[in-house]
Amino acid sequence: MDFALNDEQRLLQQSVERLFADRYQFDARKRYAQEPAGWSGDLWRQYAELGLLGLPFAEEHGGIAGGSVETMIVMEQIGRALALEPYLATVVLVGGLLQLGGNEKMQAEILPKIAGGELTLAFAHAERQARYDLADVTATVRRDGANFILDGAKSLVLHGDSAKKLVISARLSGQRSDREGLGLFLVDAGAAGVTIRGYGTVDGQRAAEVQLSGVRIDAGAAIGEPGKAYQLIERVADRAMAALCAEAVGAMAAMQETTVDYMKTRKQFGVTIGSFQALQHRAAEMVVALEQARSMAMLATMIAADDDVRARRQAISAAKVQIGRSGRIVGQAAIQIHGGIGMTMEAKVGHYFKRLTTIDTMFGDADYHLGLLAEMGGLIAAA
Amino acid sequence: MDLRFTPEETAFRTEVRAFMRDKLPPAIRTKMIEGRRLGKEDLITWQRILNGKGWAVPHWPKEWGGTGWSAVQMYLFRDEMQQAPAPEPLPFGTNMLGPVLIAFGNEFQKKRFLPRIANLDDWWCQGFSEPGAGSDLASLKTSAKRASGHYIVNGQKTWTTLAQFADWIFCLVRTDPAAKKQEGISFLLIDMKLPGITVRPIQTIDGGHEVNEVFFDDVKVPVENLVGEENKGWNYAKFLLGNERTGIARVGASKARLRRLKELAALEQAGGKPLIADERFRAKIAAAEVELKALEMTELRVVAARTRSNKPDPASSILKIKGSEIQQLITELLLEVVGPYALPDQTPHDESDRWNEPPVGPEWAGPLAPQYFNYRKTTIYGGSNEIQKNIICKAILGL
Repeated sequence: MDFALNDEQRLLQQSVERLFADRYQFDARKRYAQEPAGWSGDLWRQYAELGLLGLPFAEEHGGIAGGSVETMIVMEQIGRALALEPYLATVVLVGGLLQLGGNEKMQAEILPKIAGGELTLAFAHAERQARYDLADVTATVRRDGANFILDGAKSLVLHGDSAKKLVISARLSGQRSDREGLGLFLVDAGAAGVTIRGYGTVDGQRAAEVQLSGVRIDAGAAIGEPGKAYQLIERVADRAMAALCAEAVGAMAAMQETTVDYMKTRKQFGVTIGSFQALQHRAAEMVVALEQARSMAMLATMIAADDDVRARRQAISAAKVQIGRSGRIVGQAAIQIHGGIGMTMEAKVGHYFKRLTTIDTMFGDADYHLGLLAEMGGLIAAA
Repeated sequence: MDLRFTPEETAFRTEVRAFMRDKLPPAIRTKMIEGRRLGKEDLITWQRILNGKGWAVPHWPKEWGGTGWSAVQMYLFRDEMQQAPAPEPLPFGTNMLGPVLIAFGNEFQKKRFLPRIANLDDWWCQGFSEPGAGSDLASLKTSAKRASGHYIVNGQKTWTTLAQFADWIFCLVRTDPAAKKQEGISFLLIDMKLPGITVRPIQTIDGGHEVNEVFFDDVKVPVENLVGEENKGWNYAKFLLGNERTGIARVGASKARLRRLKELAALEQAGGKPLIADERFRAKIAAAEVELKALEMTELRVVAARTRSNKPDPASSILKIKGSEIQQLITELLLEVVGPYALPDQTPHDESDRWNEPPVGPEWAGPLAPQYFNYRKTTIYGGSNEIQKNIICKAILGL
């Protein structure tokens, strides 16, 4: 049992920290958000140079064969910096799908391009009616000779408007929400029949609505065996949730530190507001909530690659519950303690608050996962 | 980072679990599961079983009966003991006074008292709090005046847990009334049989008798019973209170109570189906389980850090706050399982542990409302949770 990083992991942490300290001050972030993609292409190349974009991939694919701990390290720093680049969308989600389910040819073609920073991709999975149900897919796919034809609509596709390629989930057979019958397909964003409408999200990032009408793709574009994609989607969603938990912990830690700094400098009634016990206790509650969240993010990280699906699902859902709840406690207290300044676009604290809020809504909020966990019988067996 | 215990640690856990399964007397286990009160004899019996195995005071140095276990082994031992569920050794001797004597006592005191603590031959209680000195402990007033080889002790202690069974009490007393408040305090060992000591029970809202008032009226205590130096008692008390917070998360005990909760929620019917099948109630239980899992991981992080540094960690305050809140939450959920049968007062009114009437409602209902009432203490004792928040602000945040 060990919660410490090894030497290589510490080096990785330091290099990511340094990159963001140098290049991701709050003003720089505002500029990056104004770029056409909504994030910085220059920074993306820096990520590639540091080896961050190939982190989980095999060496032959330009990666360093890192695991969930390495992803956690990067995501925590992304959370602290409020970085806008599509790391989750491209590396964790699509990279994960290709790494676990893609054929050799596809991996050899795409993964080195991700690692090299030449290609960003998005996972077009969620649909308007699905809410948080990963199996609720009504987009269809049918065979037409050697081709597949895709039809349907995808919603809230993270960074879908800047992606050059999409991985699209669609149903070959079965009813809405059946776990059987799903397929995953790699499609060019510019393919005929694909319409993408991008928009900003409340946390300053980007997402897109994707329309598919009669999109024709060849059989080699399938990821894994068509019809059997659910387990792969679930596995990668679990990895993504572990990554988001780490990002949330980074954001919460930064908020907590910023808030305490503010308490030590802001004066009212002739003294620093940090001398008021009402505010001190609220700050202490932030610490407790943060540490509980950090513990569960670590659990999620360590279990994200576990082959015991039930144990993995329980732990990931439990972690998502904790992150959602702690995120509310830490975020709301940080705004409250900052007072009016916390309400302004000018202060960074509010931007952390909005990112934490969106993280809760991604892949299921705290209540949703509490329901899943309860359905699984919880974490402890009855006497 | 790795969640797994080593094969040796896992084997150790298995050994402890087997011991708890085989050696914990069934009658004591049943009382623990049902949430009934333990008597003096229960605690003595169990302590001597542990001592027979050499596990009575595992955290002490080996020469005084310790085991030399690692922080992880200590954690596993405690976790298995709580999950059994077995009573934990009476803390006043083993966790509070013992380490103080080992660190600050003289050889005579160590030889005289330590073996008797390990075997629970002496039942110790803690004389710290006073009517005017609760969270502000250093404002205590009980006085000890030195006169010809004795201290003459006068004053009052309160919230003295299980003093009704005690042979000895360790007290903070004021030996220099002129000094600043932390500096005139001494640490004194007092035989409860001495003339001038009166113990008066305090009945708590659960109907139980755990705590007492202890009065001292010209009690003559031999000076050899002073621990360490005169007027340095506050340092020893701080050392003691630092130890008090280890293990305060009580994760293993909460796991055992959650198992009981799920068992009872499966028995109790609500609207024609077991309460456990009720979506709202099930979600409440799951929420408690998430909190507990997070606390378990937090405690493991503290344990793992301790194997590296060996310093007490201000994170103990986080464990105290969350651990006590979760214990209270589980008693609340158990109360909700009982539902209307929380109403009859089925508190035993003597030390027999049994209500001497046929039960009203389910057999298991009786102790659960009193336990809910009783557990409000957990956020008050051991440094109230508000005091713990002050500690977090000072020690972690520098506020």
